[in-house]
Amino acid sequence: MLCQSCEKKQATTHIKTILNGELKEFNLCHECAQKLGYGSFFGNIGLDLNKLFGSFMLGSSEKNTKLCKCCGSSFSDIAKSGQVGCAACYDTFFDELMPSIQRIHGRTTHIGKLAHSAGTEARIKNEIMKYKNELEAAVKAQEFERAAEIRDRIKELEKGAAQNIDNK
Amino acid sequence: MSEKKYNSLKDVSDVIISTRIRFARNLREFPFPCRLSIDKKCKIAGIVKDAVLNGNSAISDRFQYIQMSELTQEEAVSLVERHLVSPEFISDRQGRGLLLLDNESVSIMINEEDHIRIQVIKSDMDLDGTYSLADKIDTLLDEQLNFAFNDNLGYLTQCPTNIGTGMRASLMMHLPALKENGAMGKISASLAKLGLTLRGMYGEGTEPGGAIYQLSNQVTLGISEQEAIKNLRDIAVQLITQEREARDSLIKNINIQDRIYRSYGILHYAKLMNNKECTELLSNLRFGVEAGIFENIDLSTINRLFIEIQPATLMKNIGKKISPLERDSIRSELVRTALLQQKIPANRRLEN
Repeated sequence: MLCQSCEKKQATTHIKTILNGELKEFNLCHECAQKLGYGSFFGNIGLDLNKLFGSFMLGSSEKNTKLCKCCGSSFSDIAKSGQVGCAACYDTFFDELMPSIQRIHGRTTHIGKLAHSAGTEARIKNEIMKYKNELEAAVKAQEFERAAEIRDRIKELEKGAAQNIDNK
Repeated sequence: MSEKKYNSLKDVSDVIISTRIRFARNLREFPFPCRLSIDKKCKIAGIVKDAVLNGNSAISDRFQYIQMSELTQEEAVSLVERHLVSPEFISDRQGRGLLLLDNESVSIMINEEDHIRIQVIKSDMDLDGTYSLADKIDTLLDEQLNFAFNDNLGYLTQCPTNIGTGMRASLMMHLPALKENGAMGKISASLAKLGLTLRGMYGEGTEPGGAIYQLSNQVTLGISEQEAIKNLRDIAVQLITQEREARDSLIKNINIQDRIYRSYGILHYAKLMNNKECTELLSNLRFGVEAGIFENIDLSTINRLFIEIQPATLMKNIGKKISPLERDSIRSELVRTALLQQKIPANRRLEN
C-alpha cells in the first residue's frame, strides 16, 4: 500500500486517531509519519519498539523455532507485532525479550506493588518496605506526627507478618 | 490588572486540568488479547464484569456495564472525547466491554491492549487521591481474578513497554505560554531523558490542540508506583513554575492581549465555530483567566466546554446526528450560553 500523504513511498505506519469526532485511519510512510508527528508508534514511550524487535528478528528469531506452550506464539510472531502472546511467553522467551526490555526501561527487576499471587508474606514485606521509605521521607521533612503514624502502621504490619508465619 | 490569583503551589488549577492513573492488568490463565478469538474475549468480558458488579465493594453497584459493540459511532467516539477510553479501544469494538462508574471518574476497559485497563480520572491535581482509588480497585479485582504477575518482571502485559507496575500516571496541563514561546520541543526532549513524556490531549500521536498536553511516566519497570508519581509531581511543579513565568512576561505583550480579548469577543458573539477554532479560542480565553484578565470566568466551566464542544459529545448530548454546519451553530450557542451564565463582573474594564 502506498503512503496516503506523499503517495510515493510504501506505507509502513498505520495510524488510528480521532479527527473531528470521527475515527480516522491512515497509512503513512516512515518519513511522512515523522513529519506529521507520529514518529514513535509506542508514542507514550518515545522509542521505536518495532525497530528494537526488528533488530532481533535478523539475529535470534530466524533460527529460533521455539514455540510458547501456552499460546503457540513463536518469537518471530512477537518480534513482528511488538506484542507478547501470553504471560507464559515471558518465561518461554525470557532470554530473547530481556535485552529489549532493558533498553526500554533501563532496569530489569520489578519494584512496587505485588499481585495477590505473590503471597501474603511477600506482600506484607513489600508494604513494610514501602512504609519504611515513607517514614524516612517524613522524618527528613520533620513531619513527626506523620512519622509516628507510619511507624505504628509498620508495627501492625510486622505483627501481622509474624502471625502469618506462625500460622504456617 | 488585579493581584495575581495563581502564584502558590496549593492551587495549580490554572495549569493542571486533571489527574489520571491507569493500570494495565491481565488474567493469568488466558492469552493476551492479540491472541484471542472474539468468543474468548466475550468470555473474559463476562468474567471481569461479574467480578466488578458482584464484588464486595462499596462502589460495585455504581458501575454500569457497556458492551462496546452495541454503541452507536457517536456514543463510542464521545467516550474518547470525554477521556474515558482510548482511541484504540473504539477502533474495533467486537469483544470489548467497558465498566463505567456513575460519576465517570472510574472506567475499566476490557480487552483493549490488555485484558483489563483500570483508569481513574479526577479534576485538578490529585495524584495521591487518584492513585489510592485506582490501587483499591486493583486490589479488589486481583483477589478475585488472579492477575498475571512474575516476581522479576511484575505485572505482565501484552506490550513490554508496560510491564512492571503497569501504571501510567498522567497530568493534563494547559501550557499556552510555553507553547507560544516555542519551548515545548526542547522540554519534550529533556523529559524523555527523565523517563517522562509529553503528548497531545488525546494521547498517543495526537496533536496538542488548545495547548493542552499530557505529562506522564514512561518507565514502568524497576521503579515503584510512589517513586514514579513523585518524579511526575516534581517535574510538573517545575513546568507549572516555568509556565507561570512565561505567562507573566507574555501577557504584557499587546499582541497576546489582543488575541485574548478577540477570543473573548468571538466566543461571545460568533454564530458558527468549528471544533478546532473553538478549542483554540477557549484556550486563549483560559489563558486570559489564568493571567488574571478575566476574573469572573470559572476555569471549570472552560474545562467542561473543552469536552462538550467536541463533535460526537455534542451530538450525543442533543440526542441526534447532525451536519457539521448545524454542529458549528449549536457549538457557538452552547459556548455563548455557558459564558453568559458566568457572573458578569461589575468592574469589567474592557477599555484597559
